[in-house]
Amino acid sequence: MGLNIVVLVKQVPDTKNVTGKAMKDDGTVNRAALPAIFNPEDLHALEAALRIKDAHPDTRVNVITMGPPAAAQVLKESLFRGADFVALITDRKFAGADTLATSYALSCAIRKIGAVDLVLCGRQAIDGDTAQVGPQTAEKLGMNQITCVSDIAELDAKKRTISARRSIEGGFELVKAKLPVLLTVTDEGFEPRPPSARRVMMYKNAVASASNDASYDECYMNASACADDDIIALWDIASIKADPEACGLAGSPTKVKKIDSVVLTAQDIRMVDASESGIAALVHELIADHTIG
Amino acid sequence: MNKNNVMVFVQQDDGVVADVSIELLCKARELADSLHVSVEAAFLGDKLAAAAKALLAYKVDRVNLMQSEHLAHYTPLPYTQVMVDLIKEREPQIVLYGATTTGRDLGPRIASALKVGLTADCTDLQIGDHELGGTTYKNILYQIRPAFGGNIIATIVSPEKKPQMATVREGVMKLTAQEPGYKGEVIEYKPGIGVDLLVSQILESVREEKTVNLKGAQIIVAGGMGAGSKEGFDQIVKLAQALNAEVGASRAAVDAGWVNKAHQVGQTGTTVRPKLYIACGISGSIQHRAGMAESSRIIAINSDPQAPIFQIAHYGIIGDLKDVIPAFIKAYKNKA
Repeated sequence: MGLNIVVLVKQVPDTKNVTGKAMKDDGTVNRAALPAIFNPEDLHALEAALRIKDAHPDTRVNVITMGPPAAAQVLKESLFRGADFVALITDRKFAGADTLATSYALSCAIRKIGAVDLVLCGRQAIDGDTAQVGPQTAEKLGMNQITCVSDIAELDAKKRTISARRSIEGGFELVKAKLPVLLTVTDEGFEPRPPSARRVMMYKNAVASASNDASYDECYMNASACADDDIIALWDIASIKADPEACGLAGSPTKVKKIDSVVLTAQDIRMVDASESGIAALVHELIADHTIG
Repeated sequence: MNKNNVMVFVQQDDGVVADVSIELLCKARELADSLHVSVEAAFLGDKLAAAAKALLAYKVDRVNLMQSEHLAHYTPLPYTQVMVDLIKEREPQIVLYGATTTGRDLGPRIASALKVGLTADCTDLQIGDHELGGTTYKNILYQIRPAFGGNIIATIVSPEKKPQMATVREGVMKLTAQEPGYKGEVIEYKPGIGVDLLVSQILESVREEKTVNLKGAQIIVAGGMGAGSKEGFDQIVKLAQALNAEVGASRAAVDAGWVNKAHQVGQTGTTVRPKLYIACGISGSIQHRAGMAESSRIIAINSDPQAPIFQIAHYGIIGDLKDVIPAFIKAYKNKA
């Protein structure tokens, strides 16, 4: 018995590998210079969906992302790994969305897909690290949720129940829930499979636009402007029947007041000679001022 | 009692109040004093009467105690409904949650249900004014958090919607002195929870006792990739033992399997501010520095003179851990 699964994915700047090239002269990060990647935990969520499909062959894996046209790259990578249907939600009116407006748009897109048994997404995206979009999307859909999932212990498609291992501080809990349910997945389990060579051949020309766009945050375009094939569905605000007032900046209660770049501040560092006498002098000083006892 | 107060969601696990919730009650008192309003706690669970009373000593004016057998253990749907109902009744201007797995599961659901803002993982909260579309919003909550992998610090506001809500990381808000006998009140509720909300069942729950106390440690000796191997890391543990210090680690050392995740310091680990932090073979990624930069003194030991850790250290030793650590232990044993 197959399931209808939606996986939510995001293209993100690779904030975890900030190399010298991405640093500006003033010691701050040039965000535009970071390469765009598949949000790591979302890849684990996709893997979880594909494993369910392996075990329940009639399962359909739908992958959705919201972002600028360049974000189609993560959909292409999802096709390479085994997704059945992919859709890019893109519209200028989504720009500036906080987590509330994002989850609203995603919930509209999930409704467009129809009756869904499971929604899977990464616990959090590495550009914002908020972990809010999953639970907020679940709430908008009136769906139950299990967050921080590292393993699915049991999935009974007939009885429509799932048991998942949820990571908590210093341990875990095993949660049993009824379908439908939304799961957010960590990188502790579901090691992602590599792209399939056969599927790469099949879908490599699926999208024209797959370059890293420097103005990642700003380059929302009209969906119609970049649609030249139908393998990747392009959905704009009207096609998911979303209320423009609840989308983008207009639908975002949180506003960024100020951004401060973190600058490495060199302070008065005292270099200590690595010799035994140098270290002994340092230790003596630390004992003398009661830093160590 | 007046409304428009500062509310803290007080998390309990098996009846034990989470440390971060106490830290937030202390911060809430400070915020409430500057806003001239009261502090309220939202305390959900079962058989919590004594624990609820004990919260008052943190200068809490009103503990809203919501008790039901269905709230004994956290599950998202019942907790969300009870909190949403309470917030609608009490109309707080600010609601704070610990950025724990529970707080990060619950907060976003409540924010979505109320259609209000929520800022995740704040490291600081302040009160100030904000201009928006020609209107000046007075005394709103500045929600300050690292973003973009810790490369930027963002100040977020949500002036147009109430309550303003934030989750806050454990260890960043300081504890203040208790005041036994503080005159607050415990108001008890018996929330009705519909069976339609009982869709999650906890089959098993395993929570190990905390054996690592990084947050409370006066001295931390931490190791990173520069340790080179498990054996190399064990040298770092020896130095920690000699100094009666706690062992810390970078994410890389944890991922390499040299040390348990409970020892991890940094943005995804524990935030620490000890008297002395000795960073051994830690390059000092921005994520690591976010969790230890406020240490009173930092000693960096690294063979790479270009390592960013030297830019925030007070003392730098350029050298091989294999030589420096034994010399450190020897020097300490000779002097002590």
